[in-house]
Amino acid sequence: MTGCQWTRVHRIFTKRRLTMDLKKVDSILKKHEYRHSEIIGIMQDVQDIENYLPEEILRYISEKLELSLTRIFDIATFYKAFSLVPRGRHIIKVCCGTACHLAGAMQNLEQIKRTLHVREGETTEDRTFSLETVNCLGTCALAPVVQVDEDYHDAVIPGKIDKILAIYSSKDER
Amino acid sequence: MQQIRTTADLERLRGSLLQKGDPGKILIRICNTGCRARKSAKVIEAFENEVREQGLQDKVEIKKTGCHGFCEMGPIVVIEPENIFYCRVKPEDTGDIVSETILNGGVVERLLWKDPDTKKFIKCEKDIPFYKKQKKSISFNCGRIDPTDIEDYIAGGGYSALGKALTTMTPAEVVEMVVASGLRGRGGGGFPAGIKWRLCSAAPGNIKYIIANGDEGDPGAFMDRSLMEGDPHSIIEGMIIGAFAIGARHGFIYVRQEYPIAIEHLSIAIQQAEECGLLGKDILGTGLDFTIKIDRGAGAFVCGEETALMISIEGRSGTPRSRPPYPAIEGLWGKPTVLNNVETFGNITKIFSKGADWYSNIGTDNSKGTKIFSLVGKVKNTGLVEVEMGTTLREIIFGIGGGIRKGKRFKAVQTGGPSGGCIPISRIDMPVDYDSLREAGAIMGSGGMIVMDESSCMVDLARYFIQFLLFESCGKCIPCREGLKQMHHILTNICEGRGEHGDIETLTELGRFMTTTSLCGLGGTASNPVLSTIRYFRDEYEAHIYDKKCRAGVCKNLFEYYIDEELCNGCTLCKVKCPEGAITGRKKKPHMIDPQKCIKCGICYSLCKLEAVRVR
Repeated sequence: MTGCQWTRVHRIFTKRRLTMDLKKVDSILKKHEYRHSEIIGIMQDVQDIENYLPEEILRYISEKLELSLTRIFDIATFYKAFSLVPRGRHIIKVCCGTACHLAGAMQNLEQIKRTLHVREGETTEDRTFSLETVNCLGTCALAPVVQVDEDYHDAVIPGKIDKILAIYSSKDER
Repeated sequence: MQQIRTTADLERLRGSLLQKGDPGKILIRICNTGCRARKSAKVIEAFENEVREQGLQDKVEIKKTGCHGFCEMGPIVVIEPENIFYCRVKPEDTGDIVSETILNGGVVERLLWKDPDTKKFIKCEKDIPFYKKQKKSISFNCGRIDPTDIEDYIAGGGYSALGKALTTMTPAEVVEMVVASGLRGRGGGGFPAGIKWRLCSAAPGNIKYIIANGDEGDPGAFMDRSLMEGDPHSIIEGMIIGAFAIGARHGFIYVRQEYPIAIEHLSIAIQQAEECGLLGKDILGTGLDFTIKIDRGAGAFVCGEETALMISIEGRSGTPRSRPPYPAIEGLWGKPTVLNNVETFGNITKIFSKGADWYSNIGTDNSKGTKIFSLVGKVKNTGLVEVEMGTTLREIIFGIGGGIRKGKRFKAVQTGGPSGGCIPISRIDMPVDYDSLREAGAIMGSGGMIVMDESSCMVDLARYFIQFLLFESCGKCIPCREGLKQMHHILTNICEGRGEHGDIETLTELGRFMTTTSLCGLGGTASNPVLSTIRYFRDEYEAHIYDKKCRAGVCKNLFEYYIDEELCNGCTLCKVKCPEGAITGRKKKPHMIDPQKCIKCGICYSLCKLEAVRVR
């Protein structure tokens, strides 16, 4: 994790803001039978609903499970799938698998960065897009692949990035 | 759902299912897994509407299957019994298929696969070279059965291997049969599966676990995904056999979260197996109790390593630990644990349904059976291929893969993901098995096979893998953490034109050091991509270091784009799209790129239809 991200994590962790109904968290905890070993699954379920891991929910989980916050923080920062900062309405995942890399994934990634003025792991100021990279989406025959939300865009070239992004920004306007 | 309490119940159900099936029915098989990325769900919907509108429900059955393997051609639709293969089917094509093929028995030629060499259309799936030269065994059901329907699996002979193992054999006999088959783990290292099982079954303790590793982290490999999505029951069946052999009561399947369809299909499969009584208490009346739980990975490559994976299941951040003790003695929660790749479990099911002798007759002396490879990169036909162990690289890449795209030349093939290596053209006639690959400086790995042509830079590829591993290294042991950092630093320098004399030697030394001193397989094999590319492509490293040239046109500082005046027709597309205004020229006159302004974003290169934008 870069220094910049740490600062942001710190900022988020010091800012209190309640978003998710804690009853929902209770039902997730119940589903996992309050087991310590299930902590990764619990956090994944929270993130599935919230799109990220809000601090107050992590604190709540820590209290309920009697599990130290440091261990939760350790997990949240170790696994790539977790985000401690709110993410955008649309999540762009640029596949950086070997097949995609050879087919020009890096040029696509750079073009997206230039277009949106964000780096990997960041969200645009208007919260429309979050840019992420992923090791491999397992759709190697369609390389290079860019996934936006649930849609896969195959054989992407830098010249088509603006068109792909426009689909989602115009979706929001409607 | 019908309860299956004994093997007789199972056979009775199979009999009634086979009787129920109408052989006169036309079957439309559509991929609902891999091809979903190409919007096959819409094609399925269009077919369903079309069939309903035409009132053909009694004559036609639409089956949502797993992956057909030829993913590049998706969405794929196969029509039985004639075995007609339609590719790149769009929702609007379904009307033609129904009226032409289903009602009139004809063929919609434009949707058939066209051989790029002979320019001929090929009608049947089995006649397409991509399929003809394969030996589908483990992936046989993928693309054939509905993975969300246990009855479809049972009708095709599913769970008979389990019946045989549980009712006619003792656990020790099961273990010995796996040893006799010669099956080696399909996850990477190629450790004999039977030996692992023997160790674990002999380990003291009442509580034991069995884990299927579906954390397919190798970039460029997706056969585990296809198997989990397309034939989940074969994995479950193999796991139950394993549980019986070693005496486990609980099992886990660890799946990457990047594979939502795999998680969905495995969950459905487990639920259905539980409802029938094939999972749970007293399986097939033999007194075996066994349950399976799915654990989602959370995006950490190192969790594909067995000890890290177990720690992740325990609910902590997955960092490997030193071995011994091996997991077969002390694994999950300190209990004896067998961990195999999901494909290994698919093999187990096949061994018990067809016999160890049948299995050990396939393949080479030390590598038995078949292996699924994900053949991707610069080959014409990309997708999943299953071949007998010992098939040559040439047969896979040129026979099945159809050779290199756009008439370019083959340069190398990368196998084994970030732990593997690159194999050059000089070794193309090498048989593909565990030992030959290791000898060539690569590994089998999970089965990724990435083909590269002259436009791929080997130094950049080595840097790519090292960067990948640098981000994924857990940081616990120093050789891996710091070694990768240094390697990445040196390789970045080389790729950016700051390479120096002696860099190659430093890389080699670092690599050897990391191989011998790292804690786990990640660090131990991390230098393979670098060492193998130095071994076979030293000249390319030297061109980067001494001539400051990247002939492949990948390393930005070491090449420039230019426009071939003879090819350019002055369409102005590149000029309009250039974000830096680096391209000048009048309409219908050849254009020019100003190398001072060019940021090498590649937009002009990717957009030019005449391929007039070139690299030098």
